[in-house]
Amino acid sequence: MRFQIPIGPQHPALKEPISLRMTVEGEIIRDADIRLGYNHRGLEKLAEQKTWIQNIYLTERICGICSHSHTTCYVQGVEKLMELEPPKRGLYIRTLVAELERIHSHLLWLGVAGHEAGFDSFFMYTWRDREIVMDILEIICGNRVHYGINTIGGVRRDLDEQQVKHILDSLAILRQRSEYYQHLGTNEPSFVARLAGVGYLSREDAIALCAVGPTLRASGVPMDVRKDDPYAVYDEVPFEVCTADTCDVLGRTVVRIKELFQCYNIIEYLLKNLPSGPVAVRAPRRAKPNEVVSRYEAPRGENIHYIKSNGTDKPERLKVRAPTLGNYAATIKMLKNGFIADVPLIFAAIDPCICCAERAVSLVDARSGQEKIISMNSLKTLSLKVSAGKARKREAEWPL
Amino acid sequence: MLTKLTNWSRLKSPWILHLNTGACNACDIEVVAALTPRFDVERFGILLKATPRHADVIVCTGPATRQMKDRLIRIYEQTPDPKFVIAVGACAMSGCVYRGAYNVLGGIDQVIPVDVYVPGCPVRPDAVIDGVVKLLNKLKG
Repeated sequence: MRFQIPIGPQHPALKEPISLRMTVEGEIIRDADIRLGYNHRGLEKLAEQKTWIQNIYLTERICGICSHSHTTCYVQGVEKLMELEPPKRGLYIRTLVAELERIHSHLLWLGVAGHEAGFDSFFMYTWRDREIVMDILEIICGNRVHYGINTIGGVRRDLDEQQVKHILDSLAILRQRSEYYQHLGTNEPSFVARLAGVGYLSREDAIALCAVGPTLRASGVPMDVRKDDPYAVYDEVPFEVCTADTCDVLGRTVVRIKELFQCYNIIEYLLKNLPSGPVAVRAPRRAKPNEVVSRYEAPRGENIHYIKSNGTDKPERLKVRAPTLGNYAATIKMLKNGFIADVPLIFAAIDPCICCAERAVSLVDARSGQEKIISMNSLKTLSLKVSAGKARKREAEWPL
Repeated sequence: MLTKLTNWSRLKSPWILHLNTGACNACDIEVVAALTPRFDVERFGILLKATPRHADVIVCTGPATRQMKDRLIRIYEQTPDPKFVIAVGACAMSGCVYRGAYNVLGGIDQVIPVDVYVPGCPVRPDAVIDGVVKLLNKLKG
């Protein structure tokens, strides 16, 4: 006997609107389907109406957690289009904020994973320590979440000695706390028992389904844009790509904790080798007709922006492929043959950022279990066809 | 006597439902951050609830998207009376940067009535607390 269970768009397990439809046999999920569009805002179309500079503001608001990823990805692309070379100090500060963002995002994820595993004190601990990173970001950028530090041709704010000292002091505390999390995440028996073996994704499946970021690395594939295709100053900074081979949620936790330590090392290196000089160069208002693809390793995985210019001060096309979208196919694979109780945990383990992923427009018609994806136009013709022969509601005769 | 008691309990422990209607996640993490040790709204009796049927206050983040419109109305209707809505962030107030996008209706007030507006892009957790306290004062007076 098979049942269909809808989860979402508003559901205790999900912080953001998304709808999952599970086909279950008893407790076991046989099929899963993800419905999107609750958070679709039409950003890509909106970007075509705004200038290059205004779009930085817009791309930052694609997502609040990886806001720096999207602006950096966009700005890097525009710099290539405008043939600009940002100064070294600007790139160092950009990378510094990127790594701080990775720390805050991973700590946030650890907390959410703890919460979904029923370990709420872990959630409170990590979020308390996350406030340290938020303070650093506020000191550097003047804002907690949307940093607004990127500009075309560099960054908007410089660092001074006092800030560098504050960051290094705070890092020492964070490093100490992260060691405790590493101990807890790998040794606490109940926590490990809850995570181990849940959401299995084999190495072959991870590659075949195009998983990205920590999800891919937890399946034993050492793939990281920072190493494979270095942008900003990652070719100068020494760091390792962290992997795990358990292929489950525990592996994804371990990868993220390991990455935290790499982030601390990178930040220390950046601050100790901070070059002097200007932080930005002047950017032209227009870009020559051309197209560019920009890649960036966001905390959740590879982020891709495709930008096309037509010689005006506005982009002709901006296409965003957010990491969460790359992970959806793998998520469905992970959910299959798992338990209903594991859904929040598996789903949280890809660190879903629905607002990032809501770019694609497709309508899913889900009447009577028959599902098909239809375009807006054919939907319109369909609705006309259906309603053509029938009397309109207000003209219909009252049956009594 | 009974109304006095319900009023007292309502003021002392407002339960909130956090609803994302198309936000960029920034306001959402700040709302969650308000629950964690640094800000800790639980000391005021504010509890985050998962279902609208338990909630007194709906904390809405983000502009209302076309897809969420019907769900938003349904969630508003599921919330028991008396219910209050706090629009958190510039998007929930007016649509902010998404104003003019084809899938965005504008602020939350285009769909359901709003009691308190909390400005900011994104709001700070202290601003969220301030908004809730202002709402409670409104109830008192």
